[in-house]
Amino acid sequence: MAETVSNRPVGLFRQGSSAEKRKKRSEALTAYLFLLPYLFIFLTFTVFSIGYAFYLSFTRYNLLRPPEWWGLEGYRRVLCLEALLPRAEDAPPLACDDLFIKKALPNTVKYTLIVVPTQTVLSLILAFAMDQKLRFRRLFRTIYYLPSVTSSVVISLIFVWLFSPLGIVNQLFNLNINWLNDPRYAFYTIMILNVFTTSGTLMLIFLAGLQDIPTAIYEAASIDGANKFQVLRFITIPMLRPVVFFVVTVGLIGCFQVFDQIYVMTSGGPLDSTTTVAYLIYKWAFRDTTVKMGQAAALSFILALIILVFTLIQRRIIEGSGSVGSA
Amino acid sequence: MATLTQAVSKKISVSDRLIAVLDRIKTPVFYAILIGWAILCIAPLYFTLIFSLKPVANVYDPPLFWPIPFSLENFRDVIGALPLFPRWLLNSAIISVVVTVARVLFCAMAGYAFARMEFPLKKFLFTALLISMMIPGQVTLIPNFLVVGPGIIRGGLKIGDLTIPTGFGLMDNLGGVILPGIVAAFGIFMMTQFYKSIPKELEEAAMMDGLGRFGIFFRIVLPISTTQLLTLALLTFQGEWNNFMWPLTILRTPENFTLPIGLNWFRGEYYTLISKVLAGSLFNTLPILIIFFIFQRYFTQSIAGTGLKEG
Repeated sequence: MAETVSNRPVGLFRQGSSAEKRKKRSEALTAYLFLLPYLFIFLTFTVFSIGYAFYLSFTRYNLLRPPEWWGLEGYRRVLCLEALLPRAEDAPPLACDDLFIKKALPNTVKYTLIVVPTQTVLSLILAFAMDQKLRFRRLFRTIYYLPSVTSSVVISLIFVWLFSPLGIVNQLFNLNINWLNDPRYAFYTIMILNVFTTSGTLMLIFLAGLQDIPTAIYEAASIDGANKFQVLRFITIPMLRPVVFFVVTVGLIGCFQVFDQIYVMTSGGPLDSTTTVAYLIYKWAFRDTTVKMGQAAALSFILALIILVFTLIQRRIIEGSGSVGSA
Repeated sequence: MATLTQAVSKKISVSDRLIAVLDRIKTPVFYAILIGWAILCIAPLYFTLIFSLKPVANVYDPPLFWPIPFSLENFRDVIGALPLFPRWLLNSAIISVVVTVARVLFCAMAGYAFARMEFPLKKFLFTALLISMMIPGQVTLIPNFLVVGPGIIRGGLKIGDLTIPTGFGLMDNLGGVILPGIVAAFGIFMMTQFYKSIPKELEEAAMMDGLGRFGIFFRIVLPISTTQLLTLALLTFQGEWNNFMWPLTILRTPENFTLPIGLNWFRGEYYTLISKVLAGSLFNTLPILIIFFIFQRYFTQSIAGTGLKEG
């Protein structure tokens, strides 16, 4: 269409607009050339992958034979709600896998409920301390960032050794605990590691948030005769709310996806006491002797949904407390 | 009435007294917190260093705070006697450097297009980019493994005599670890925000001089965004150097392992040689630490930046 128009000499105006069009088209072409590497990777490893994972989640697939349509059976087996019902001793074995509902989900929730508040409060306290303009601040900041730059695998290997039965922790505190092989302690050891590695980074985010509060507000408050508790209660905490939201959300997503530490330190054991959702996906897809790709894909979508729901609830709660605080 | 005002004034004076007390003990308490946490942060690396300097036989023996007996055998073994260690170091370096260079270039290109050019579907593609950043990596792990490795259809798609492979066939290959990482949504987002924030005049002047988009990008835009590119490069390098789940999925033979995978495998195979693992751990940590100390400003800025932008 455009070609036929531009071939006919119909006055200056038309010619100008076709030149404009050509310029636009060439810019669009250039733009797509700039985007080419991204689009290739995005279409292959994001768009196609999500679509294919969604398809796989409705199939039964063990890599040896092609995926076989299974409908919602995969999701049913993952959720395995009948495992929650009381069962007779002589009942036939469950036709599903209760690892998610009995172990991975409760473990992940427990992990999140302990780690997220601990690391948020700890990093906030550290940020307050760092904000006091004390000496050696820069040295402290550097040191606090050390656990975050160290690779998760390396720090996990170090912790395995520190917390081994003959290890330094037991020697220092004169204990005799088999930290990583005892279902009572293994998960807490991993939680300690997680709080230890993330608090430094979160502290930096809080510190930036604290330093971002305009000094004019503090000055106005002191002119109005507010004492330090009131400043903390009515200025610092409300002003910090968006940062708290960010830190809690980041922490939440990180906790739901915890994998490296579990794989290296316990491989989900002992007695599945440290099996988390992210680890279970990997276990079903790559570690079990009978590969369950479809079931793992179904669980990965359940995980994505859980993360989404928690993020939304989180936002609600923090916004809700915001209106109470300012009232 | 009188009692009420009394109560109020009393309450204020109590809280004032509390503030006075807190003010006095504030500084020592904050110092105690800062120093206590600093000790905890240094301790694991310190013990790792001390015990990697002891012979294998003494890996659980006191003294805890000093390398007695002292020995360099672990470091000598890691560098020389165990040929897999240098191999892992090299693999890690190749993957991290290639991914970093590719990602910085491709993210800058895409970011520039999103920030400066007009093209169909721009809004849609940018929204898709933002959404893709929120999808957990576990969702794409399985299909990405199939695409990079064995293929979606085993043995390829057969149409008559023609067989079309449905995967890249990069199983147990460094290329398979590299490929999905050469662009990242976060990097594009970061570069787009940056290019939107800088003035256009310089580019417009260059365009007047007849320079094309590619000329402008490589001769003007890239040089003025070095700070941003360096920040992205540092974050990418750190992430790839420490990456675990994806290389673990793709790499299968010990010769092809990266250092984190190799260290974990070695720990499993030779449980009694934990001292070598500790020495090897330091080889994994040291390059990142050196880079961190040199470019600390960029690391801390980027972290503070993400907090503010999204918060």
